[in-house]
Amino acid sequence: MTAALSARGLEKRYGSTVALGGVDLEVGEGELVGLLGPNGAGKSTLVKIACGLVRPTRGEAQICGARAGSRDAKRRLGYLAELFRFPGWYSADELLVLHQRLAGSAGGVTERAELLELVGLSAASDRRVEQMSKGMQQRLGLAQALVGSPPLLLLDEPTSALDPVGRRTVRLLLEELRRRGTSVLLNSHLLSEIELVCDRVVILLRGTVVTEGSPAELSRPRGIEIETDDGTTVHDGRREDVPRLVAELVAAGRQVYGVRVLTSTLEDTYLEAVGGETS
Amino acid sequence: MSAIPIIVGYGLREALRRKVFAVVLLLTAGFLFLYWLANHYLFRDLRHIGAPNGIDARGFAGATMFGLAMFATLFLGVVLAVFLTLGAVRGDAERGLLQPLVVRPVDRPTLLFARWLGAVAVCTPYVAAVYAAAMVITGVTGRWWPDHLVVPALELAAGVALLAALSLLGSVFLTATANGIAIFMVFGAGLVAGLLGTIGHGLNSQTLKHAAVVAAYIVPFEALYQDALHEITASTTGLTGFLLELGPFGGAFIHGSGVRLWALAYVVAVGAVAALAFSRRDL
Repeated sequence: MTAALSARGLEKRYGSTVALGGVDLEVGEGELVGLLGPNGAGKSTLVKIACGLVRPTRGEAQICGARAGSRDAKRRLGYLAELFRFPGWYSADELLVLHQRLAGSAGGVTERAELLELVGLSAASDRRVEQMSKGMQQRLGLAQALVGSPPLLLLDEPTSALDPVGRRTVRLLLEELRRRGTSVLLNSHLLSEIELVCDRVVILLRGTVVTEGSPAELSRPRGIEIETDDGTTVHDGRREDVPRLVAELVAAGRQVYGVRVLTSTLEDTYLEAVGGETS
Repeated sequence: MSAIPIIVGYGLREALRRKVFAVVLLLTAGFLFLYWLANHYLFRDLRHIGAPNGIDARGFAGATMFGLAMFATLFLGVVLAVFLTLGAVRGDAERGLLQPLVVRPVDRPTLLFARWLGAVAVCTPYVAAVYAAAMVITGVTGRWWPDHLVVPALELAAGVALLAALSLLGSVFLTATANGIAIFMVFGAGLVAGLLGTIGHGLNSQTLKHAAVVAAYIVPFEALYQDALHEITASTTGLTGFLLELGPFGGAFIHGSGVRLWALAYVVAVGAVAALAFSRRDL
């Protein structure tokens, strides 16, 4: 099965600065992969290479088997840039018409209405971009990226300008995309968002992959917290150790009120991986 | 290729929405009014001017005035062309306008070509319209008409299209402000070279003439402008023709089909370099 996105030995140098230092990455069909890393880790560069905006110095990236940047590759992806702007004089609907025509989508008015509904902009279809808030423009950007139902979506900080309700809309949208089998590479600083929706997480640091795995794989056991009549204590062990520990405490005459299996959060894993680096 | 009309339409819409278009239209209206006023007084007073023997005063006045109008037409056309194209690549990329278009299945050279076509579709009818309006003003007011009516208009329009191509090429490398400054400096340098050529022609200075010819080939919009000036008095001979050739809006030291073919090849070459550079540029 051809991966939606496949990167092999991807390198990008700007003079002596190494933005990417040999990245291997795969986003499978229908997979939702979160890309994490501090500022300057190379996340946006990786996404830009995938959608053909930046040429790699070495290595190659493929979109559904087609060379990144080629017409065939571009036909198979939708992209929302971290920093983007649409011409202010377009209405939401007109902007989608433009992108439908460029993408060769035959979806017509039905597709546009569905996309605007998906991002919560149905009531703003005739509103000009210049009259929209930043959050609305970001949601419109998402709708634009979905034009033509591309099998791969590359989202670079899609929630950076959104309020909590807007973020929830995007999270629901990502879950809907998963149901539809769309592959997504999500570049975000919001760990909780990634943890909630992504099948797999890749952490970049200084242009290289330092950690990757599912959120469950990345979370490590941190003991078992047990509340008894003698107070709350933390014991070494995993989930499967809980019955034994409770039995021992009960046998020792303690009354057990609560048990909690402690695991590290994605934030703990992230901080461990990047060593507290911020840029 | 089907993306071309879409991008052309995008560019046209952008052009019409920009304030610069309204400003250029206002400037044009102001220019044409002043031009009519100048023609009115010039030709009214012409009968009181005792021209030397052998000089066709009306022809001399008409050609000089219309030469001035052609310069203004070229200038206004260039202002429009440059403002429509100066930020097409780097400027739009820095504002985040370009990336959503480039990631669509459209080749970058196609996108650039369509942007040029969009600018040309706005600028060339504009140049033709201003040229025609000025010609009618001089023709009706002073009863003087250019020897050739159409070719000069085409050459002015081609000169503007050529500068639009240069501006697009500059936009691949330079920020919008830097590109605008650079293109206007190139435009100014071309005009100065043209004037030097005219002076060299009058003084019969081979060095000045040679320098002006080289400059005209480096920036052939100037050669097209010179050729257009030559065309409006192509059939004017004698002392009047000689004096016109000495004036700033008079004859041409370089003209003919060679210049036109060179200008065409130049646009193709500029377009090819711009397309190649844009294709290799990280956005």
